[in-house]
Amino acid sequence: MILNDTNMQLILGCIFSLLFVASLTGLLLKKFKLNTHNRKTIENLNQRINAWWVMSIVLLIAILIGTVGTLVLFVFISFCALRECITITPTQLADHQALFWCFFIFLPLQYLLIGLKCYQIFVIFIPVFVFLFIATRVAINGDTVDFLGRVAKIQWSMMIAVYCISYIPALLLLNNDGDQAKNFKLIIFLVIVVEISDVLQYIFGKLLGKHAIVPKLSPNKTMEGFVGGILSASCIGMSLWWITPFNFWQAGFISILMTLLGFCGGLCMSAIKRDRGIKDFGNIIDGHGGMMDRIDSLCFVAPIYFQIMYNFLG
Amino acid sequence: MIKKLFAKCCRTILLIVCKLVTGVQARWYSPPCDAVTIYYANHTSHLDGLVIWSSFPKKLRKLVHPVVAKDYWEKNSLKKFIAIEVFNSVLINRHTNTHENPLQPLIATLEKQQSLILFPEGTRGNGEQIVDFKSGLYHLAKQFPHIHFVPVYLNNLNRVLPKGSKLVVPIICSAIFGSAISPLHENESKADFLLRAKQALKDLI
Repeated sequence: MILNDTNMQLILGCIFSLLFVASLTGLLLKKFKLNTHNRKTIENLNQRINAWWVMSIVLLIAILIGTVGTLVLFVFISFCALRECITITPTQLADHQALFWCFFIFLPLQYLLIGLKCYQIFVIFIPVFVFLFIATRVAINGDTVDFLGRVAKIQWSMMIAVYCISYIPALLLLNNDGDQAKNFKLIIFLVIVVEISDVLQYIFGKLLGKHAIVPKLSPNKTMEGFVGGILSASCIGMSLWWITPFNFWQAGFISILMTLLGFCGGLCMSAIKRDRGIKDFGNIIDGHGGMMDRIDSLCFVAPIYFQIMYNFLG
Repeated sequence: MIKKLFAKCCRTILLIVCKLVTGVQARWYSPPCDAVTIYYANHTSHLDGLVIWSSFPKKLRKLVHPVVAKDYWEKNSLKKFIAIEVFNSVLINRHTNTHENPLQPLIATLEKQQSLILFPEGTRGNGEQIVDFKSGLYHLAKQFPHIHFVPVYLNNLNRVLPKGSKLVVPIICSAIFGSAISPLHENESKADFLLRAKQALKDLI
């Protein structure tokens, strides 16, 4: 049983106390009389906190169910993310069959390969087989207008929404002395560090942000938010070394790497959104926007995090 | 009894599938009410009726009937079951050659103080443009001057299930429910009314 692990109990205790404190703060802020502009920000903050409760509880339930529960949860996350990516992509009628394959055959198959522990196949399945298949299936329909662009958009959607995200449950494939609880703690470590880095970058940016890093792309990503968020999130990651197989300094180094990669993910997804002229990918999660808005940082972190763990733990 | 229960199960399953595939979110210009209304929408996919129907609050769903083509939905018993038992549809005969009024089943429903979902284009389009409306809308407006006509614009559904395809691709759709258009004016011609109704739908884009 995963919950018998003392460290697991401790980290879950930490997460939910943090959420509790956040909810309390949100409630207190709401009590103060504020002007309209602030009230909107606070309302959004409370929405976000409530959504964090839901997301934490859903992840906890999935982990309690075990490998199957976690896989099912990530199938659902990938499905929603892919749906958002395809919605904002102007696909043509000739792409229809290829898209059907992506949603109903390749997506489940990718997670099935993880469930069956086929490491050799799951790492190349989408970047090689699906990549070639999509191009072929679109070509068969004979519509050549912007062929390369259309195919690339579907391939990119599959990469970020399915392939990259599937590396998170793939952590359960690791041997890790045959102790599955350790693998679940790796997932929790990944999600905590990346998401808390997102939150802290947002908070530092709101409080101190002045100099935008890429002004054309996103005025909300500021130098102050970047430095403050990454340093503080890395410190939190470092202080959580006890749920990882690493020592204090190794955990710190990996946390810095993760937060930097997470930033890259957020930046690229912002570029996509800016290009398509949208603010959010969707509105599935109250206060946060779409599924893709919430997992954009995780997309870039998960594959590299997995590779580090794979080489470290064998 | 068993048939009813089965229909209820089908309804629930279809609602969940519809939510998963289209993630549809309805936007109402004026909140839904139980006044007798004809909701008319652009038609691009077989899922259109399901999407509009699922956008209603649960209480109203019983009172709203999609109008579907008899020649298509009576083709086999499964289609017939879905149309009649699951969605309480009203079947309309698109190719009448007899003297009977093809609008008769619609009129009967409106007289029971219940609402209709209507696709006045008559057939599914390609999603790029809205073709001219058939005259049924006008005849109903003339016969029932007090009912509301609410335009509903459906977006992206042609990408989910395009005409001629049997494969469904999940894409987020939206259903925009406009405000009711003003009733048929005195001396307003058929063409004018239909054009006005079409414009109200186009304005939602």
